[in-house]
Amino acid sequence: MNEMTKIGTAKDWESDQEVRWCPGCGDYAILKAVQRTMPELGVRPEDTVFISGIGCSSRFPYYMETYGFHTIHGRAPAIATGVKLANPDLDVWIITGDGDALSIGGNHTMHLLRRNLDCQILLFNNEIYGLTKGQYSPTSRIGTRSPSTPFGSVDRPASPCAFALGSGARFVARGIDVNKKLPEVLKAAHAHKGAAFIEIFQNCIVYNDDVFAPFTDKANAAEGQLWLEHGQPMLFAGGSKGLRLNLDHLHLEIVDVVDGDWQSVGVQIHDIANRSVAHMLVELPFGAFPMALGVLYEDPRPSFEQAVIAQNRQIAEGKIPDLQKLVAKGQTWQVEKQPRVE
Amino acid sequence: MASAVHEVTPEEASSHPEPEAVVVRFAGDSGDGMQLTGGQFTLSTALAGNDLATFPDFPAEIRAPQGTTFGVSAFQINFGSTSIETAGDAPDVLIAMNPAALKMSVGVLKPGGLIIADEGEFSARNLAKAGYDANPLEDGSLAKWQLVHFNISQLTLDAVKPLGLGNKEALRCKNMWTLGLALWMFDRDRKPIVDWLNAKFAKAPELAEANIAALNAGHAYGETAEIGGPMKQHHIAAAPVEPGLYRTVTGAESISLGLVAGAQLASLSMFFGGYPITPASAILHHLSRLKEYGVTTFQAEDEIAAIASAIGASYAGSLGVTSSSGPGIALKTEAIGLAIMTELPLVIVNSQRGGPSTGLPTKTEQSDLYQAVYGRNGDAPMPVIAACSPADAFDCAIEAVRLAVQFMTPVMLLTDGYIANAAEPWKVPDMAGYKPFPVEFLKEAPADGFKPYARDDKLKRPWVKPGTDGLTHRIGGIEKAVDTGHIDYAPANHQAMTEIRRDKVLGIANHVPEQEVTLGEAEGKLVIVGWGSTFGPIHQAVRRQRAKGKDVAHIHIRHIWPLPRNLGGLLGGYEKILVPEMNTGQLKTVLRDQYLVDAQPLNKISGQPFRIAEIEAAIEEALA
Repeated sequence: MNEMTKIGTAKDWESDQEVRWCPGCGDYAILKAVQRTMPELGVRPEDTVFISGIGCSSRFPYYMETYGFHTIHGRAPAIATGVKLANPDLDVWIITGDGDALSIGGNHTMHLLRRNLDCQILLFNNEIYGLTKGQYSPTSRIGTRSPSTPFGSVDRPASPCAFALGSGARFVARGIDVNKKLPEVLKAAHAHKGAAFIEIFQNCIVYNDDVFAPFTDKANAAEGQLWLEHGQPMLFAGGSKGLRLNLDHLHLEIVDVVDGDWQSVGVQIHDIANRSVAHMLVELPFGAFPMALGVLYEDPRPSFEQAVIAQNRQIAEGKIPDLQKLVAKGQTWQVEKQPRVE
Repeated sequence: MASAVHEVTPEEASSHPEPEAVVVRFAGDSGDGMQLTGGQFTLSTALAGNDLATFPDFPAEIRAPQGTTFGVSAFQINFGSTSIETAGDAPDVLIAMNPAALKMSVGVLKPGGLIIADEGEFSARNLAKAGYDANPLEDGSLAKWQLVHFNISQLTLDAVKPLGLGNKEALRCKNMWTLGLALWMFDRDRKPIVDWLNAKFAKAPELAEANIAALNAGHAYGETAEIGGPMKQHHIAAAPVEPGLYRTVTGAESISLGLVAGAQLASLSMFFGGYPITPASAILHHLSRLKEYGVTTFQAEDEIAAIASAIGASYAGSLGVTSSSGPGIALKTEAIGLAIMTELPLVIVNSQRGGPSTGLPTKTEQSDLYQAVYGRNGDAPMPVIAACSPADAFDCAIEAVRLAVQFMTPVMLLTDGYIANAAEPWKVPDMAGYKPFPVEFLKEAPADGFKPYARDDKLKRPWVKPGTDGLTHRIGGIEKAVDTGHIDYAPANHQAMTEIRRDKVLGIANHVPEQEVTLGEAEGKLVIVGWGSTFGPIHQAVRRQRAKGKDVAHIHIRHIWPLPRNLGGLLGGYEKILVPEMNTGQLKTVLRDQYLVDAQPLNKISGQPFRIAEIEAAIEEALA
């Protein structure tokens, strides 16, 4: 199969199903970004499977002209594991949300990342349960008022990227639904062999509108967004500020950069393979710091399904499957025509 | 029954004719290796050509405190020169390795039966742990049985010590000494056990040597020691069985083999998603060694992931299989619903155990029938098959695979802790006798266009592997439109799809064999209807009662759902219906519901299999 012939245009990746999210939902922008990106990845729709759990985001597979499986709440990573082990040639994408991936499905998310199954996980984080009409979610900030927390939530939110890193993820990235850099992040995730985890900040216009506005609004973008690029200095605010690693206290700190001279103030250069710094980046408290975006960490390791296949092959090598021999295995005895009588 | 207990005289004891069948129970501490001893004794019994049935009875605790009654591990075997179908009601011989083992097992020993006890373990401390005030070996309290006791611990030490083992390691050979004595008692060849020990301890030849020395010493003790009357040698003749090649098999083994065979007959690779749980784990263990048969095993993070990954594998074109026991099956329930809704093939093995909740993990029960047939949200029909013995489980597993792929449906295969762990001789099947049923995946769109939920005459939808050109489509747990499979909440569509799912599964009754009468006539005064592992005791009880001239028949049901198409008619031919079950009457309820018949329950929920005598008594009562 010539990879370049059948990958088509964005249109070829759109299914004939009517998209049914609320008008203005961030999901539309993510769907468009994915459909625009797919033709550039060199894979065929027929070899692509989108697998989702339950939630607003999990309707996503219906809108892609690929193979798709809308499964049950939280279990997409487990279904995907079976799909990939049964056919490792498939290009598997998991579409999930903050409730689906971190609450009911937290266990599966953790183990998929730990095992390093080769797939892309797109976690649409809107910090709310949209489909069930607005209850707070495991990523909602303290004080979130919702139908189930009328006086404000009191529990601490989970940080998706910190969770992913802690679970052993070898690729951790962040994007924003409407940001034009999302396709680049998607491409990097797809190019990564192993589990690629992307948290996408997604605006829920009905139940949690503008919750990310402090860094996603145009007016706040420069100060609020730190786009990371491997080998480049960690600069934001139009290059007027940067992050420096404080070696005495082992944390990142903001420094002013004058006239583009980031070297003299010691701005940290982003090394995507540096796991320690990645831990600091995912933990940066927003407000005091900008939101770290782009590929925060990447350091590939052999993937799970390849290890399983390699072991299956190695153990099976040279053995000839013979069902008749298998059922007759162990200690056997022959009963003659006449039972032995003594 | 009179309360006075007749004490057996040595003359009476030795005047018994050579028995047709003998029940031996090995009982000891969890750490004494009783399951291993029983397993090897089983092998030697099988090699001697006897028919046999076993009952491993062990505690849930891995190593309960030594010497306590709840730490007792027992292995019972019934073997004979006639057909054997149960592990035996009451042992003829009890080998008790400590006071606790004696205490827990002596109650079921036949009056006049033989007790062999290791007096070396009957210390004041161990007696106290077992709750004995006085030493039963000395106080005459065991007078209604024949008692022999000697210091097995010391005799083992004497045999093994010269080989340079420490005290602790040397005492570990006690079970082999005991096995040696048992082999002498039943005139058995030691060589297969010696071969097995040499293979088992290939990397530690000194341990092989020590165990063999203990085995030989136990055997020699029987031969030379003058123990007197009760300890005599028996020879049980080979049972008349169909000629052919035999092996012993446990249910866990035969299910694993049957699943592999089923996948091969379907021309599919197999994916097994499992999570450790007693007593189902053995299936995962067996399958994980069969990679050359296209088997991929996956130990998932939980029960839900185990089934979900199997569903994913089925979606991708493998045969997805998962297995568990009651609590794990409960966790899998939502995912079973997904497999029903997306109409993907899947085999779910439930090795039932005592419940509810954690219940009795190592004990057997048949109390998940409701769960299997009814236990899901929504109208969620699913075929259910029940194996009745370790050997039967092989064919049942193949049948489960066949139904799953030919009807695009999850299938539940019910077995239980007894079947999973018990061993029985199995005539090695001729695989050429199994008709292949290769799966045909849909590879291109039909002339009138591709519809993921179009159906054939059996109401089966097509199976399409992702990766197939031109057939991209989406499935999921939301209700789908007839034919196209697009999301559709329309009232008429849901009614139609629910009816299709129901009719598809009910239609399976037209593609499975009619119910046969297992023993007896197709009409009469009384029929005993059973399912699963109660086969042995029911069959023997019915046989014995028929020999006494009683009008009773036995029907044993493999296809629990849908029920065989002729079953209603068959049941109508009997005046009374009795349903023995190791639950509070689950099949009984289904039979009443389906056929409006007066099925009466006979229930046992003690975690122990039925005894033949219990069923015989119920037959006599029903016919009185």
